Amino acid sequence: MNYIFQFGEILKPVNFDELLWGMLNTLRLSALSMVLSLAFAIVGAMLRTSGPKWAKAIIAAYVEIIRNTPFLVQVFMIFFGLPTIGFRLDANGAALVAMVLNGSAYTIEIVRAGIESISAGQMDAAKAIGLRPLQSFRLVVLPQALKVMLAPLGSQFILLMLNSSIVSVVSADELMAAAQDVQSRTFRPFETYIIVFVIYFIVSMLFQAAFALIDRWAFARTEEQR
Amino acid sequence: MRTLTLSDIEFLVFAVRWTLLLSALAFLGGGVVGIVIALMRTSQSIILRVLATSYIRLFQGTPLLLQLFLVFFGGDLIGLSLGPWISAMLGLSLNAGAFLGEIWRGAIQGVSKGQREAARSLGLHYGPTMFKVVLPQALRLAVAPTVGFLVNLVKSTSLASILGFVELIRAGQLLNNATFRPFLIFSTVALIYFVICWPLTMASRRLEVRLAQAYRR
Repeated sequence: MNYIFQFGEILKPVNFDELLWGMLNTLRLSALSMVLSLAFAIVGAMLRTSGPKWAKAIIAAYVEIIRNTPFLVQVFMIFFGLPTIGFRLDANGAALVAMVLNGSAYTIEIVRAGIESISAGQMDAAKAIGLRPLQSFRLVVLPQALKVMLAPLGSQFILLMLNSSIVSVVSADELMAAAQDVQSRTFRPFETYIIVFVIYFIVSMLFQAAFALIDRWAFARTEEQR
Repeated sequence: MRTLTLSDIEFLVFAVRWTLLLSALAFLGGGVVGIVIALMRTSQSIILRVLATSYIRLFQGTPLLLQLFLVFFGGDLIGLSLGPWISAMLGLSLNAGAFLGEIWRGAIQGVSKGQREAARSLGLHYGPTMFKVVLPQALRLAVAPTVGFLVNLVKSTSLASILGFVELIRAGQLLNNATFRPFLIFSTVALIYFVICWPLTMASRRLEVRLAQAYRR
């Protein structure tokens, strides 16, 4: 092996800063799409479990279609396909839409499993003390379901963050695209990708730790009450 | 720009064979890596366990696309030009190994500890204990999640297109460049993936239900 590693070039401020900006963009994109998909997923999961029959069928079909096709195809459909039928999105917009669309499908299943894990007796009890259906969902079922959902939501968030690297193919602003930019400028692909590998790894480890802490803090009280 | 013809669609459908071949080879390679990782994860030695855990962490904590790039450009390091086909296969195998290793570790630990102890007290060494007693029982627990993972693997092969390997998605892109009918072409591509993945998803779900019933008895 007579390859000479040259990390110096990439660690120069001009290149490294671009990677750090890329990381911030990745974080912003994933956080935004996670929040949006969680919001959609709560509505979707409610419709899926207790909506009208046609809504159930539509949500189920949506979930199956998204979960059984690659994210890359979904990105292409949105970035290249949608403009031909009149919706034009720029790269960042298309990336966000694709990530929310993809994330929602997985999150719906997580939220649904969370809701279904709460026994039907809870809903009956809420009804018996005079809460309206939406109230009993919001005040009784959801808080309990959140506890069950937190761990899978955490890993879903990390998966979404890692998957966001794929939107670099339509040159949306994020870490992987920044890496491609830096490597084409420095002609040091391996070193660039090694550094980006470390960045992604640190970020996902930090998130894992953060979710573990949230789990401990947010639900410490409910544990004591039992 | 030219019009889309029937033979173009045929080209697309036949590109499936590369997706399937890549999935199969990556599953094979990932299976070998996975079994080693699973055995290391469940071994007595702390060093082996830590090594396997870090392997899993590294591969599950970074994007697959990046791993493929690293393999692709890493070949130059040792003076080999791997090309998209080999690097996609290698990268997907290493990645699948981490996920399968974690799935199979769960399956191995799902077999009750008494089985292992009983085998050891009958005088079996580590090899026969694992391969003749524990793994055959673990297999049953592993089937449903493994089939579920296959869906992920098939979907992951789409990333090989970014390295320039002509599988289903890359074929779609090439076709799109010539005919510019993205909506039609990419929905056909998506449909083909769906036709491959959906039965696997259903099978995995059914196997899971059946397994749960078997354990309830």
